[in-house]
Amino acid sequence: MTVTRVTNSIRALRFAHQEMTQADLATRLGVTRQTVIAIEQGRYSPTLEMAFQIARVFKVPLDAVFQYPD
Amino acid sequence: MTFTEKNTLIFLVVSALGFGVYAALVLSRAQGVPLVEVAYAAPMLWTIGGAIVAGIVGQTVLSALEPKEAREKDQRDRDIDRFGILMGQSFIVIGGVVALLLTMAEAKYFWIANTLYLGFVLSALVGSSARLIAYRRGLPQ
Repeated sequence: MTVTRVTNSIRALRFAHQEMTQADLATRLGVTRQTVIAIEQGRYSPTLEMAFQIARVFKVPLDAVFQYPD
Repeated sequence: MTFTEKNTLIFLVVSALGFGVYAALVLSRAQGVPLVEVAYAAPMLWTIGGAIVAGIVGQTVLSALEPKEAREKDQRDRDIDRFGILMGQSFIVIGGVVALLLTMAEAKYFWIANTLYLGFVLSALVGSSARLIAYRRGLPQ
């Protein structure tokens, strides 16, 4: 179930980065794996700070990770 | 299921069981006696105390079973916790207001005490349920 209009490309970015696991990403962000799953599935909108941290992990701009459709 | 989600589930079950045991004890004592004359204070105090102890034991056992890193709260846990508090606190206020009105109406202590207790229990049940739903379906926007 998606509760936010914000979409994201985290899953694709993980696979593009040596098939990084959700657990690896969670460790790098300092959150639980369940939180990464919730963000990927659009069930949780991360804080702006965490959004920047995710973009930094993948070394891409913020809008390459999160999109807000018109 | 995260550590805090499991803790919330324990709190929900313990709260429901505590009130269930209390209600069963009071109703069993009301056979042939008006409800307001039932000695409710001891069952209420014992079930509240028992629920607190059961909750602490449950959390201690859970903590011992989970690795240390799994026990840490993150931003999502804190957001969901705030949401649960917000959803549950209205029942404490409602219970308090109704108890105030009952006091003004000089109602029996039985009704005043039980209204307050019910307010606390509903607050715990609604707050915990809201948290568990938020963990599964996400926070409302």
